[in-house]
Amino acid sequence: MACITAEGVLTESARQLLELLETPRTVDEIASTLGRPLFQVRASLREMTDAGLVVAAAEGGHVLTEEGLTQLGVPA
Amino acid sequence: MEIVRQSPEPQAAPRLPRLGDTAPPFEAVTTFGKLRLEDFKGSWLVLFSHPADFTPVCTTEFMAFAKAHPELRKMNCELLGLSVDSVYSHIAWARNVEEKMGVEVTFPIIADLNKEVATLYGMVMPSDSTTETSRCVFIIDPEQKVRAMIYYPLTTGRNVEEIIRAVRALQATDEHGVATPEGWQPGDEVIVPPPQTQEAAAERVGDGSVACKDWYFCKKAI
Repeated sequence: MACITAEGVLTESARQLLELLETPRTVDEIASTLGRPLFQVRASLREMTDAGLVVAAAEGGHVLTEEGLTQLGVPA
Repeated sequence: MEIVRQSPEPQAAPRLPRLGDTAPPFEAVTTFGKLRLEDFKGSWLVLFSHPADFTPVCTTEFMAFAKAHPELRKMNCELLGLSVDSVYSHIAWARNVEEKMGVEVTFPIIADLNKEVATLYGMVMPSDSTTETSRCVFIIDPEQKVRAMIYYPLTTGRNVEEIIRAVRALQATDEHGVATPEGWQPGDEVIVPPPQTQEAAAERVGDGSVACKDWYFCKKAI
């Protein structure tokens, strides 16, 4: 699913996913928490990584970047 | 000096996937955004093409696939549709199917406008149509191997129940190391692979755990 609209606004599904990533989570954890299929989570994470919103975490999984925090309205 | 023009090398047709091959990888625009085949790793996948959106046979098939989707999900199997229509056409058609037929299309559909994926998988059958994809089905396993292929012409709708049955049968084969007889359904007996040596054949006949008509034709419950 597209994570950012043409107007540059986070989609609802992207926001839900980003909110989970304030702490690092694996694809499996995200999929089971959000009740989404793995393929959808993988595609969303790839898109958000390309957009600079998330990054692979050293300990595995993905975590928010400063840009991701900003998009969520959380002070970095 | 005379310039000799060499005719270009004839372009080799892409090698089409065969049973047991690794499914050709792709990235495609879909109604769920950009997806790659690798996104489906770890799940079974039914990749299927249809000739065109807003056509009646395809609509009946899509309704059947959509109704089967929850059951397939329980089997760790995803659906991925494809035609050469645009993503806007797919979205409009999916919305129309929901509005007019009361069936929500819950799986992504590839908008294969340039026939890239269709060409990789041999989904265009020029004798059937040069502009549309035929009714092709590729059952791909969690390791992304092609495990079954089904091809139907434009005129003839597929039987989604049979596709579900085929996925179940392949899963039973992987789980139990057995083959499945014609029309096998869960709960039916399965075929024990035939012995490969005379000694094994003699042992098989005396094996009380399997029901044999003859040494090569033995079934068991799983």
